[in-house]
Amino acid sequence: MSGAAISEKQKQDYAKIVKQFKPAQRIWRNIFWAFIVGGFICLIGQFFINIFLSQGLSTKEANSAASSTLIFIAALLTGLGVYDEISRFGGAGGIVPITGFANSMVAPAMEYRAEGLIFGVGAKLFTIAGPVLVWGIFTAWAAAILYYFFK
Amino acid sequence: MDYLLAFVVGGSICMIGQLLIDLTSYKFTSAHVLVTFVTAGAVISALGFYQPLVDLAGAGATVPLSGFGHLLAQGAINGATQKGIMGAFTGGVTAAAAGITAAVVFGYFAALIFKPRG
Amino acid sequence: MTAPQKIGMQTIAFQSPPVIISTGSVVGSREGDGPLAGTFDKVVADTYYGEKTWEKAEQRMMFDSMKKALQKANLQENDIDFMLAGDLLNQIISSTFTARSLGIPFLGLYGACSTMYESLAVGAMMIGGGFADRVLAGTSSHYCTAERQYRFPVEQGTQRPMTAQWTVTGAGSMILAKEGSGPVITHATIGRVIDMGQGDSQDMGAAMAPAAADTIARHFMDTGRTPEDYDLIITGDLATYGKRLTEELLKQKGYDISKRYTDCGILIYSGSQDVHAGGSGCGCSAVVTCGYLMELLNSERYRRILGIGTGALLSSCSLQQGETVPGIGHAVVIESLKERK
Repeated sequence: MSGAAISEKQKQDYAKIVKQFKPAQRIWRNIFWAFIVGGFICLIGQFFINIFLSQGLSTKEANSAASSTLIFIAALLTGLGVYDEISRFGGAGGIVPITGFANSMVAPAMEYRAEGLIFGVGAKLFTIAGPVLVWGIFTAWAAAILYYFFK
Repeated sequence: MDYLLAFVVGGSICMIGQLLIDLTSYKFTSAHVLVTFVTAGAVISALGFYQPLVDLAGAGATVPLSGFGHLLAQGAINGATQKGIMGAFTGGVTAAAAGITAAVVFGYFAALIFKPRG
Repeated sequence: MTAPQKIGMQTIAFQSPPVIISTGSVVGSREGDGPLAGTFDKVVADTYYGEKTWEKAEQRMMFDSMKKALQKANLQENDIDFMLAGDLLNQIISSTFTARSLGIPFLGLYGACSTMYESLAVGAMMIGGGFADRVLAGTSSHYCTAERQYRFPVEQGTQRPMTAQWTVTGAGSMILAKEGSGPVITHATIGRVIDMGQGDSQDMGAAMAPAAADTIARHFMDTGRTPEDYDLIITGDLATYGKRLTEELLKQKGYDISKRYTDCGILIYSGSQDVHAGGSGCGCSAVVTCGYLMELLNSERYRRILGIGTGALLSSCSLQQGETVPGIGHAVVIESLKERK
């Protein structure tokens, strides 16, 4: 007769079987393409920086302008349904650059459009951007406070 | 040369992200990756190690989201050293304002114009 | 005081087996590109199915599959006593909104992806117990609605591990009746909720396999049958890796099913469709059973099938709070008995 509860031992035994049957992840393939795709996006970024520098912008301004341009392109590609294919293929190569950040804002906002402009688009723009800004702004603030008191 | 450096350094930073995903057997989602990079970027920047990377690789260091963390951290630190406590509050977001605004504006328009294709 | 139609611990043996008189199946384009395309009633190319949202599209698919089943049996809505349905969306809106349109007395079910088999088991009991003459049972799922609810919006760039499955876009419905011609439901084994401590939302096969194996073994014990008594044993949506785990777990329990065993999630797509481990979702077992398996039974290529609907009983909330993923499996025996009066 099988009892109702499952013991920890049974769970551990099963975990072993699962591990044994789990397919090998394609780590080398994934890392290789993350490098290529991510590198390529940065290369495009460099291309824009150089253009803006040649227009007489300062380094800081050129960086900002290039980032904004990349964000625009990523929003467009997300809307056209292309960006998710880039990340599916390139993994972190599509996620880590600022274009991945833009994609993570546009994708949920687009999908929840049917739920209205406030709770749909407005709130969902920040599903992932929210945590990113919270952590980024908090870390930067904490670093600045430490600088102020100890330098 | 600056293109090659941007490619190699940017690609390498993305490889670290990929390792985070693969080595946690995908428990690390894209949200985890982005938060980790922005935080790590801000911390490394505060320790003074990110600016040299930017000087070396340009877009290779500024385009990955760790560059966004660097921007926030440098803005806040410069604000604090120049304007005191209030600068720590205003500096970070001010420095990153262009990126944040671009993402909100373009994101908003994209959400209105496009319909997800599925 | 033992129930006359119950045998063993979890199994019901129907004294007068209910008949599956009609089925309806509607699928999306990816399923329509798969190897079973010819067995479905309708393939819809547009993920929106002409509606404004994917949720509405899923609803319309379920509605169409039920209409199709009614039409094939030459029946009207008021010929049906009860409707049983469930789906994956919060508060099973695809089912309740379809029931709103059909106007048939309705009971909502939730068994995650096992819902087709759950509704078959419950519907067969209603008929076998003398509470209904005709029952309409069905379920649906949609890749885009499920993906957004459980994981990420579909346009968001993410990478999927090899164990990840692809939610089937499709709806399947069946009409069960006391009398008529068609395959019959002879047994149903109701599963237990089993949690072996698996918590990976990208590896549902591993979470559900223990429940499937438990129900299959229990079915053999309750009925005294062996794997050899069946032409085919088929699970709902364990896909490639879950299937191997189920085989292994049953081997440990002393049953070798490998020669006659497959999974709906493996059959529905071909290897070249980039779906990783295979199909999943309510629609997976529903359309394969309503389409492909019915064809096999009606043509008498198979005489007796043991189907096990499998479900992963998680919610996005339970997952976020770090809970493990419990699974369930409901088994139903379907026989083709053409000569039966």
